[in-house]
Amino acid sequence: MSSPSHSHSSHGHGEQPLVGHLVPMSTLIGTGLGLILLTVVTVAVVEVDLGELNIVIALAIAAFKATLVCLYFMHLRWDKPFNQLMFFGSILFVLLLMLFCLMDVGQLRKTIRGGNPTGVQAVLDAEAPTAPIAKNKPQ
Amino acid sequence: MTAIDSHAHSHGDADHGHHAHSEYPFLAHHFESPAQQFDSGKLGMWVFLATEILFFGALFALYAIMRAESPEVFKYASHYLDTTMGGINTCVLILSSMTMAMAVHFAQRSKQGPLVFCLFLTFLGACGFLVIKYFEYTHKIHANLVWGPGFYKPVEHGDGHAGGHAAADAHAATATPSSPNAVMTEHPVLGTNPGLASNSPPLFKLPPVESSTIKPLPAGTPGVSLVGEGDETQHQAEVAEAAHEEKVHLTDPEMPLNTHRFFGIYFAMTGLHGIHVIIGMFLIGWLMYGAAKGRFNSNYYTPVDLGGLYWHIVDLIWIFLFPLFYLIH
Amino acid sequence: MTTLDASRPTHLNIEASSDNYLTHTRGLLSWAFTLDHKRIGVMYMFAILGSFFVGGVFALLVRTKLLFPDAVNWMTAEQYNQAFTLHGAVMVFLVIVPSIPAALGNFILPIMLGAKDVAFPRLNLASFWLWIFGAIFVVISLLAGSFDTGWTFYTPYSTRTTLGGVVWVITGVFILGFSSIFTGMNFIVTIHKLRPPGMTWFRMPLFLWALYSTALIQVLATPVLAITLALVAIERVFHIGVFDPAMGGDPVLFQHFFWFYSHPAVYIMILPGMGIISEIIAVHSHRHIFGYRFIAFSSIAIAFFSFLVWGHHMFVSGQSGLMGAVFSLITFSVAIPSAIKVFNWLATLYKGSISLNTPMLYGLAFLFLFTIGGLTGLHLGTLNTDIHLHDTYFVVAHFHYVMMGSALIAMVGGLHHWWPKMFGRMYSEALGKLGCVLVFVGFNVTFFTQFMLGSHGMPRRYYLYQPEFQIYHVISTCGSYIMALGFIITGICLLKSLFSGKPAPANPWGGRSLEWQCPSPPPHDNFPTTPRVGDCYDFSIVRWDDSAGGYVVDRSLDPELNPNAPKRAGAHH
Repeated sequence: MSSPSHSHSSHGHGEQPLVGHLVPMSTLIGTGLGLILLTVVTVAVVEVDLGELNIVIALAIAAFKATLVCLYFMHLRWDKPFNQLMFFGSILFVLLLMLFCLMDVGQLRKTIRGGNPTGVQAVLDAEAPTAPIAKNKPQ
Repeated sequence: MTAIDSHAHSHGDADHGHHAHSEYPFLAHHFESPAQQFDSGKLGMWVFLATEILFFGALFALYAIMRAESPEVFKYASHYLDTTMGGINTCVLILSSMTMAMAVHFAQRSKQGPLVFCLFLTFLGACGFLVIKYFEYTHKIHANLVWGPGFYKPVEHGDGHAGGHAAADAHAATATPSSPNAVMTEHPVLGTNPGLASNSPPLFKLPPVESSTIKPLPAGTPGVSLVGEGDETQHQAEVAEAAHEEKVHLTDPEMPLNTHRFFGIYFAMTGLHGIHVIIGMFLIGWLMYGAAKGRFNSNYYTPVDLGGLYWHIVDLIWIFLFPLFYLIH
Repeated sequence: MTTLDASRPTHLNIEASSDNYLTHTRGLLSWAFTLDHKRIGVMYMFAILGSFFVGGVFALLVRTKLLFPDAVNWMTAEQYNQAFTLHGAVMVFLVIVPSIPAALGNFILPIMLGAKDVAFPRLNLASFWLWIFGAIFVVISLLAGSFDTGWTFYTPYSTRTTLGGVVWVITGVFILGFSSIFTGMNFIVTIHKLRPPGMTWFRMPLFLWALYSTALIQVLATPVLAITLALVAIERVFHIGVFDPAMGGDPVLFQHFFWFYSHPAVYIMILPGMGIISEIIAVHSHRHIFGYRFIAFSSIAIAFFSFLVWGHHMFVSGQSGLMGAVFSLITFSVAIPSAIKVFNWLATLYKGSISLNTPMLYGLAFLFLFTIGGLTGLHLGTLNTDIHLHDTYFVVAHFHYVMMGSALIAMVGGLHHWWPKMFGRMYSEALGKLGCVLVFVGFNVTFFTQFMLGSHGMPRRYYLYQPEFQIYHVISTCGSYIMALGFIITGICLLKSLFSGKPAPANPWGGRSLEWQCPSPPPHDNFPTTPRVGDCYDFSIVRWDDSAGGYVVDRSLDPELNPNAPKRAGAHH
């Protein structure tokens, strides 16, 4: 069962574990420093006003950092394909929940935040101009 | 099984026989080989991590929806968070994640001393994270930057700031005397700001309470904000400067409605993350104990590996929490 | 974490002896701390059957009140609300969700697979004790003032009601959720990693495919319920403003999150039932299952689609029109894999040599009831008919046909199917069949009536109603009494067999899968040696053996092993 296809590590001690994959120390330290650097970058870049792009960049950097953690700290790069599938699959399900809810909220935002629908507003103007909701006019 | 070579078993076992179980004393009876046992543990942990991702994922979804509903709240309230502290905490967590990965590395090479040391560093990182978080939390709570009705609690002591009195006046004007509330009396709730609270009628109200099983609303609870805010960029700069002052948000006429929701989700997400950090500390402590007893070696290091995976996911979640709360331009 | 660790040493097993898992060790503590999947399964089973009794009593209370359209002096409207809430919460969270996976699945899955245990025995035990703690919290909630939110805990009512039990029961359900997650984790890993040589994915019995799909849903959906309920509790205590509109929250969002779990949870309940039916139909008609791969893949397809349709619970609760249409459309796609299964079961029955044993009667009842339940689901998934039918007794009848008529009937059928294996005793066929017929008749009298009630406009969960509906309610209540009688007879039948049933052979029904090839009851280690795996639905080499008092798998008849074996096709007679 133990997979012989593990890529060979370069540290030269020849102390391979019985099972699993040994990630060289240099890779771990490099990944750690890279993550710190990216943290500094993400704090710095927020000072630049790019409008809507700010959150996109922040999330892209965060996703890149998370990928580094997964691949090197969590050994996912050398792990079984099903473990990789389980991890990324679960993220897909989160996105599914997020997407459908956002679609729904987006629709409601249009109907509620955009003020009363025109037909309703007409009725309100004619019949109940003093009702609080009548002031919520469409923009 | 073919991959197991003879130098691998470090335990002097009486029977270097043909049976895997006598060769590997750590092998549970229902597994055939160490590889099967290791792969099962790994898969189990990844499945568990998938549940963790969905557990937090629902909160991230909630965050996305709240931010889409009221971006002005997030833009405004984010300035009350301390980016320096958040940034330092991010680095602390990343470094502790790195030392955890190193611990796994040393366990895989049967290096007892460095293994215990790396686990200890990881533990220190967890402690450091919680200490910084503690200072952040106490500051927020002191400044009433908290969840729910407490957000609108007036300033009690005379600190020379006029805002407290203005807010209290607003409270007197807008509170509905007809809603006695046993739960809330020690937390009188104010309107979000004097202008909006007194001028704009609530956009919807619960019907008059008839059934005794329905708890009346807290007095003067802000309604749902359907009103967008004007430009507040200039004011935000002032607010950011004054953010360390106590309860400054109460006197701020530019504060968007429902700003308390930001702190609700902030405390919910960072709090749940903090609970995971605490669980992680117990875990690392247990691993340290096992490592000091010499339980782990290159043949058997599954607990260190799985504990490491857990600790990395805690780090990974914080990597997203940091920009989402602290770094909103 | 310690429980997850598969790698901790456990003491090696002694030689397989003549003793079985029931007599392997003795004493209460040897059960309470057992790591044996069979004992955990049995403990789960009795705990769940106990909860089933409690939930059933609440159902009978509700039905009895509804005999009369007016207020009754022995049950106030508030007590009525609490009774139907408790009925729903107990039946869903304590009974149906864990019933088949945790009780029967725990017992059968490793044996069927040819494994010695599940991958994480400690986690398995933890799952059971979490279930117990969850149940204790539900009981505490009753003492702390009960709750009447409905089993769905809809906000803002659940965050505002003054009844004191809400936070307690939410904590209980939160804990039960983790119990369910741990079971699912165990099953996924066991099926992936503990299959013996020869047990390929497509040689696995279909019950295992069903449990695998179920486990995937349990693992991916349950955490969302956990965090959602935690948020409700936090909202209730701290008013953080996520779900409570008075604090600026969005109650419709709660429903999104809740149904993101609770719609897949419907398939957590029904998928393992479908797996049991696949076994029962094939074994008791002694015929190779028709369309093996279609049934296997339809389980996975159902698991996947189940995540895409949750919004059909929210057509009239403030969901936007666009999402209503999208969810309605996707909902119909679930009908395809479900229908594939039903057609394949029917094709298996066709020209089979059917033995009308008690499990088979339950299997046939399932086919009938599930078809009705499934088809009426299409009415409710259609946007415009649902506007008329939502929150009426039509919905109540629909989901009882699926949840009870299908999932629970399959559970009871599976119980009869594997009872001889679990306890080594045969039950009285006459009593078993009588119970089954009474349950089947009582069920239809109870719930078919409710389809009519609902389409005439009787809303669900009402304490008072118009006198014109009374005749339907009386019929429905009578049906529930018949059903209760049926379950009592079934219970007596099974319990009696423990004391006076005749010893069961290893293979009383003529099954071919691995669990029928170990003794009844199974030894502690399941199999002394790694078992030989064949096509688990090839019944041609299963024959009756008088000396064994049951069926045996005759390998000399297997053309794969013995080239001189006589060619035999189709059913055994």
